Amino acid sequence: MAILVDGNTRLVVQGITGKFGSFHAKQMLAYGTKVVGGVTPGGGGTTFEGSVPVFNTVSDAVRQSGANASVIFVPPPGAADAILEAADAGVSLIVCITEGIPVMDMVKVRRTLEHRLNKDLRLIGPNCPGVITPGLCKIGIMPGHIHKVGPIGVVSRSGTLTYEAVGQLTALGIGQSTCVGIGGDPVNGMDFIDVLRLFNDDPQTEGVIMIGEIGGGAEERAAEWVKDNMKKPVAGFIAGTTAPPGKRMGHAGAVISGGKGRAIDKMEAFEAAGIRVAPTPAQMAETLRGMMRA
Amino acid sequence: MKIHEYQGKEIFRRYGIAVPLGIAVTTPDEAKAAAEKLLAETGQALVVVKSQIHAGGRGKGEVHKGATVVSRGVEVCKGGADAARDAAWRMLGGKLVTIQTDPGGQLVRTVFVEQGINIARELYLGMLVDRDTRRVVVMASAEGGMDIEHVAATTPEKILKVWVDPTAGLMAYQSRELGFGLGLTKDQVGKFVSLVGALYKLFVAEDCSLVEVNPLIVTGDGNVMALDAKITFDDNADFRHKEWEELRDPGEEDATELEAKKAGLSYVSLDGNIGCLVNGAGLAMATMDIIAHCGGTPANFLDVGGGATEEAVTKAFSIILRSPAVKGIFVNIFGGIMKCDVIAQGVINATKTLGLKVPLVVRLEGTNVEEGRRLLAESGLAITPASTMLDGAQKISDLVNGQK
Repeated sequence: MAILVDGNTRLVVQGITGKFGSFHAKQMLAYGTKVVGGVTPGGGGTTFEGSVPVFNTVSDAVRQSGANASVIFVPPPGAADAILEAADAGVSLIVCITEGIPVMDMVKVRRTLEHRLNKDLRLIGPNCPGVITPGLCKIGIMPGHIHKVGPIGVVSRSGTLTYEAVGQLTALGIGQSTCVGIGGDPVNGMDFIDVLRLFNDDPQTEGVIMIGEIGGGAEERAAEWVKDNMKKPVAGFIAGTTAPPGKRMGHAGAVISGGKGRAIDKMEAFEAAGIRVAPTPAQMAETLRGMMRA
Repeated sequence: MKIHEYQGKEIFRRYGIAVPLGIAVTTPDEAKAAAEKLLAETGQALVVVKSQIHAGGRGKGEVHKGATVVSRGVEVCKGGADAARDAAWRMLGGKLVTIQTDPGGQLVRTVFVEQGINIARELYLGMLVDRDTRRVVVMASAEGGMDIEHVAATTPEKILKVWVDPTAGLMAYQSRELGFGLGLTKDQVGKFVSLVGALYKLFVAEDCSLVEVNPLIVTGDGNVMALDAKITFDDNADFRHKEWEELRDPGEEDATELEAKKAGLSYVSLDGNIGCLVNGAGLAMATMDIIAHCGGTPANFLDVGGGATEEAVTKAFSIILRSPAVKGIFVNIFGGIMKCDVIAQGVINATKTLGLKVPLVVRLEGTNVEEGRRLLAESGLAITPASTMLDGAQKISDLVNGQK
């Protein structure tokens, strides 16, 4: 089963001829993702890697290739436009990898899509590694080979820390149902709760690792939701215990401001909701395994 | 990116927001000339001299020269232009310590000489992107001039808020709600509404992530005016604001952080002694955390990013090697797009120029890991390999602590 993406996902790559987009389009093809089209305005009529048709617009790609999902590698100045183009073209899943989109652009995107998000349209990211259902479909920039098919869902605000969790799980011989990177920006698409809801209802998923970081209140809200709704064990980690207040730690969203968004508060919220917090980021998989054996 | 008050007020003026007359200067003599001009133009008896640094709390802050406190961060000068010159002389070249600066304070290199204003009421006005509602929130409070974070923490009901639908923009009724909520008169509310409307336009058009006016004042003759201007720009929008380069004050930024930024790296200096080189913001933070867990103290946060080149990695490792505080280095890489051999080559390049005089622990995982390990093994560098991030953090912490 898994969530969000599977063997029926038909992907269009926006920005397929760019340096970043073409590299990862090849990686996704190699993983077995059904990349059915690419979009580069002005590049319509050509093919990518000899097999993937390139279109001028996402709308053309959807009509002619039957794409139902899009991944965006368009640079920041055009990224908001690319998200709304994909939404209008009728795909049901948009994964935006682009890092560095102005926050007001995302405020407008959210407002425009508000009535559709998590109904007939899902947006993952921006500034995220993407989503992968091991063995079936990889959309994004994560290293495919570290994954393994199995029962654990992973949801995270951080890219490489997701790989860390996946690497730990696979090393213990535990596979993953789906791994979702929701991204490190202050205004984004799916949040923790949107993804947890899907894992909760997914028969393949037996447990979840949730990785948060400093900044904002999304982890606290997710913890409340878990306490009231989650039927499966959740282990977690929060990055940034040692981060100084007022400094942006790489991600636009990772900043402690006005005394809000501290790691310690998030960890306490996790514990209060029955989410076991890994003592170190090297023990995320081990912590979840401990809960599932109990 | 932050800018100075005098620059913020210049932008305010362009949007029709009332601000006092003022002149930014860098020497005491210029301060005197500026004060003479302002006193003549306004016919008033006093001017205000304000230190310009990128931190709040200046009014209550103290300017230090050596061990002596020579002045406040802001001074009201009633003794004419000579008093303004003296105030500027005390502030310039001093270190201003406020609740928002480091304990050592921030060097004052510019002062803003401003017309004195007769204040009837001090209010607070702020705007920022509220991540919970994903909209711009406009905040106003009658507790102006105070530390607003303190007000928010102790008496949140004293902060009025409205949220702006980006499609419609800030509506006049929303500003009226705030204005009447602050207890302004009908006439003052009218002026407040146009000021807040202009400020929202500025916020959007100039790609701000934070704008604060503290205090926003009602003057003795019933005008509404911005007595302070704090603007932080959204760094992500720099591609459409070439003019920001001219507003940037490198003297206010950490030189190393600026150098790293130019190389496409994300770097934050910290107080500890273990240098960290990591890919990805989350893993970089987690690496700092795990070092602390193992009894060490991180000297920095350094994210080389996903697709860093060999040059960028070389730059990153050079920055760490050059830091005198660094007594040991931990490289923690989980290569996805980032290839381990690129990291290894960058590390080797940097040590060729600068040498390696401290312990180096390397944990490599992911794409091209064998090639990366081989390069490091053949480099002849004294490297302690680690199998996991916990193993690596423990090893570097022990090595550094053992040296003491």
